[in-house]
Amino acid sequence: MSKKVAFLQGNEAAAHGALYAGCDFFAGYPITPSTEVSEVLSLELPKTGGKFLQMEDEIAAMAAILGGALAGGKVMTSTSGPGLSLKQELIGYGCIAEIPCVVYNVMRGGPSTGMPTGPSQSDVMCAKWGTHGDHPAICLVPASVQETYEEVIRAFNLAEKYRTPVMVMPDEIVAHMRERIVFPEPGEIEVIPRKTPTVPPEKYKPYDTSFGDVPPLAAFGSGYKFHVTGLNKMQDGFPTTKAEIVQAEEERQVRKVDANIDDIVTFEEYLLEDADVVVVAYGSTSRSARYAVNIAREQGIKAGMFRIKTFWPFPDKQIKALAGKVKGIVIPEMNLGMCSLELERCAQGKVPVLGIFRVDGEPINPDQILDKIKEVK
Amino acid sequence: MSRYELRFSGSGGQGLITAGIIMAKAASIYEGKQAVQSQSYGPEARGGSSKSEVIISDGPIDYPKVTECDALLAMTQEAANKYSHDLKEGGILLIDSDLVTNVPPGNFKTVSFPIINTAKNDVGREIVANIVALGAMVALTGQVSRENAEKAVLSSVPEAFIELNRKAFSIGYEKALAASAQ
Repeated sequence: MSKKVAFLQGNEAAAHGALYAGCDFFAGYPITPSTEVSEVLSLELPKTGGKFLQMEDEIAAMAAILGGALAGGKVMTSTSGPGLSLKQELIGYGCIAEIPCVVYNVMRGGPSTGMPTGPSQSDVMCAKWGTHGDHPAICLVPASVQETYEEVIRAFNLAEKYRTPVMVMPDEIVAHMRERIVFPEPGEIEVIPRKTPTVPPEKYKPYDTSFGDVPPLAAFGSGYKFHVTGLNKMQDGFPTTKAEIVQAEEERQVRKVDANIDDIVTFEEYLLEDADVVVVAYGSTSRSARYAVNIAREQGIKAGMFRIKTFWPFPDKQIKALAGKVKGIVIPEMNLGMCSLELERCAQGKVPVLGIFRVDGEPINPDQILDKIKEVK
Repeated sequence: MSRYELRFSGSGGQGLITAGIIMAKAASIYEGKQAVQSQSYGPEARGGSSKSEVIISDGPIDYPKVTECDALLAMTQEAANKYSHDLKEGGILLIDSDLVTNVPPGNFKTVSFPIINTAKNDVGREIVANIVALGAMVALTGQVSRENAEKAVLSSVPEAFIELNRKAFSIGYEKALAASAQ
């Protein structure tokens, strides 16, 4: 039987990816350029027994999905720019209380209301440093409609596996672009279920590290009672200020991601074997980069591309290795130099990092990248 | 690799983004090629500039935006002035002859007929002007077959409006061929 195909927008694909992953609760507040996610899920979720909730604002929507997850739901919200800023305190709550959820954020011009219909890649730092305090961060940056679908599924899986909020951040071009998508059959892509307690309710502790760094999470309403707070907590979920517990718990929360970087970080290497110049790119900008690299090769320049698929945790190891091999790194991004700083950190001064930074609402075109590739000597 | 770039431009509310989507869908779903559609528009629901871009290729498409345009539809004078300079030598410019009165000069083939008035008078509803324009673009560019494009149109509109859109597509297709032969 041939697979189902459709011609969809990135945002529509994200909604269908959420359904494939078993999302049964979505709360959001519509905002350009992410509204199509809400539009599709408001139609589709009720058909599968799920619930769609439009809240009064972005903060409330984030609170709603945290509650939905604690009640056993697989949850997502979608937003953009200013909405992401509003959600930040509760994203931190999700990190410290260890609540699996997916935050889908379409990057538009900013700061503040900025340019609602214009593309941008200027939220990538906000994905890690937007909420205060030390906390784990996972952020996926898809570059096509098909990949947006698949990365939303992966985001749900990572959220469950590491019991933490996961962000998916397409730029506006990927989110609004339409391409052919081939839907996987049920079972074709792994869907990771929540790890729930094997102990009876009276023995359950929501942060019981005897089960490892990622303790099982019970659902409210299933007979298990537990305390949830944004304060630093003990294994039973109640607040504590005991220094050794706070230190250990903070380190464990961050370690959930840091100790599993190889499991989380994904990337694509394109024509890197003999490359003198590597273009590091992500999201829609990587499509311009691939085009430019192909033209450079035709002109006899040994260029290649390293495409970041997982922005956080950052692919430090891979970039450090590349920095020892190439003559220069080119980084095109629709912000004033965010990924660029991470690359400079990883390159440790071994090779120059040349940026192309654009925040005028226009995409970075292949010619700009080709010109920059030629600057590497 | 063959890369064919189309741009549908005009003002918000003229249905140009829809026309681009249907063209790309025809290529991608029915013609067996690859296609990417993207758009840019202002915050206004009506008025303001609007454009929809479609890239069609036999192979994978990297950059989803127009680099050198093969075929341009301009439904306002402003769009014609702004985008005609991106047209390839030997490319195609389709304009609404009532709305674009100053035909931009250039090394391309210009085809014109009153698109909106054709929708209003020959088809019967102004609202399908975008489908008249789409029929014309299909005829002029030859990137998708008439049959596949029609399938894409009919699968994209509500059932009650199938006949209206079929007629709009067909009239647009024929008018463009006639205008092109002149």
